Amino acid sequence: MNFVSPDLSPAFAEMFVLGMTCLVLVVDVYLKDSQRGITYVLSMLTLLGAAAITATSGVVARELTFSGHFVSDPMGDVLKLVVYATTAVVFMYSRDYLRKNDLFKGEFFMLALFAMLGIMVMISAGSMLSLYLGLELLSLSMYALVAFQRDSAQAAEAAMKYFVLGAIASGCLLYGISLLYGMTGTISLSGVSAIFSSADQFNIPVLFGLSFVVVGVAFKFGAVPFHAWVPDVYQGAPAAVTLFIASAPKIAAFALAIRLLVDGLGDLQGGWQDMLVALSVLSIIIGNLVAIVQTNIKRMLAYSTISHVGFILLGILTGSQEGYAAAMYYAIAYVVMTTGAFGLIIILSRKGYEAEHLDDFKGLNSRSPWLAGMMLMLVFSMAGIPPFVGFYAKLTVLMGLVEVGLTWLAVLALVFSVVGAFYYLRVVKLMYFDEARETGEPEAALDIRVLLSANAALVLLLGLFPDGLMSLCIKVFQ
Amino acid sequence: MIGLSHYLTLSAILFLLGVTGIFINRRNVILLLMCIELMLLAVNFNFVAFSRFLNNLDGQIFVFFILTVAAAEAAIGLAILVVLFRSKNSINVDELDSMKG
Repeated sequence: MNFVSPDLSPAFAEMFVLGMTCLVLVVDVYLKDSQRGITYVLSMLTLLGAAAITATSGVVARELTFSGHFVSDPMGDVLKLVVYATTAVVFMYSRDYLRKNDLFKGEFFMLALFAMLGIMVMISAGSMLSLYLGLELLSLSMYALVAFQRDSAQAAEAAMKYFVLGAIASGCLLYGISLLYGMTGTISLSGVSAIFSSADQFNIPVLFGLSFVVVGVAFKFGAVPFHAWVPDVYQGAPAAVTLFIASAPKIAAFALAIRLLVDGLGDLQGGWQDMLVALSVLSIIIGNLVAIVQTNIKRMLAYSTISHVGFILLGILTGSQEGYAAAMYYAIAYVVMTTGAFGLIIILSRKGYEAEHLDDFKGLNSRSPWLAGMMLMLVFSMAGIPPFVGFYAKLTVLMGLVEVGLTWLAVLALVFSVVGAFYYLRVVKLMYFDEARETGEPEAALDIRVLLSANAALVLLLGLFPDGLMSLCIKVFQ
Repeated sequence: MIGLSHYLTLSAILFLLGVTGIFINRRNVILLLMCIELMLLAVNFNFVAFSRFLNNLDGQIFVFFILTVAAAEAAIGLAILVVLFRSKNSINVDELDSMKG
């Protein structure tokens, strides 16, 4: 027996986040309620430090460490930087909201940081074991976050539903993984990939395992017909938690799909393509149609998320590098749009009152033209109206589909995007043409206003100049 | 002679029992937690059987991690259950219906 110490350097960012989160955990215990700001600052420093480590790592090629369980590559670095930025934005938007609702506690920051660590592990997973552990770290933190507002019956109910359905998803994913392990005799993704590329292994047990794995991935994405938890969790959780759940974990789901389906099972693309076609078609149709009848904006955005997830899956199922790049671009664009939209809900919420009804947006223009303008840009972007980023993201995904000959799918996605534009434009109508139910400008701290403006500006800028991010997405898949 | 297929069949039956249990149970959330546990144990069974017949230890290592995570998962599930019971005074699955649409 000889023990070779693994090369730790590719995993510095993860180790830093783990160490700092434990530090925050301990420091927070010794703080009075009035000093909770220190936890916030420390959490932000953690994100800043992790971003500095990842940005300076200069990874140009795929590096494996920890006996192949951990992989560090340019795609992972880009996704991690997006996740850090998203988490930081979530913290900034949430700060005042949490204070107002007596939720400004260390737990929120710790759970979010642990969830982020889980996402990082998933992004860098080199084997099915590390993928599973990252996924569970993310999921367990999220269940606790949803139930974090302890006096709310709705939050507890949402957490229970999320927990049960999430556990089924993990079970299905694991069952699939166990079958794949049995067929290949290895749990490393590169090992699995090597076995499937060398021999024609497309038999019934493999197909069985693959189906279970796809079901697990679809659950985590929230794709129809495995979407039952999404609307309830979005509605039941406090807005700050919804903001987090709606944003960063979608990057994780994208990473899960890429690592498992592309890195590990890339040669079975013929098998999973059809499944993803069914999932994405159903997601786009049901997401857009059901969103129309919603009166709760958090629920409406949940169904909008489901349709966006359909688009991300459309990019992945092409099986081409352009398609993966388009899906990655879409995932990032989705995160930028969704943080802005939920950020606005947070700004409109007051103590003990969530601005979650569509009616709360009535006449927003007369109360605050600036906020209404920001929301207009975000909503137009989600609907896919040029020149905003949502339009370009949809366009690249559809182009990827046409290139691999799936034109019917592109047409269908386009038609239902037009259907979806209806409920987005209804928000605009409410804001600009309806009477306000209440008067007075919503209160928001200066930094949050600046953040929201920057968020909306990013939606516009990424739409006007998409080449920078797009070429980055293409580069990481070459 | 008991072969690999017997083990796999048993574990498939256990897994299916867990999934059906979750969907047909309308009474009690604690039963849901037990069904989830059953699903994970079925997966463990699969891993151990494959590991034994492939002469490869990876599967058994995987099982240790699953067991640990399952324990953490049960802890979180029970914690949520307590919060739920405090606010609703019931752990009846049928009463988890305040959100619709």
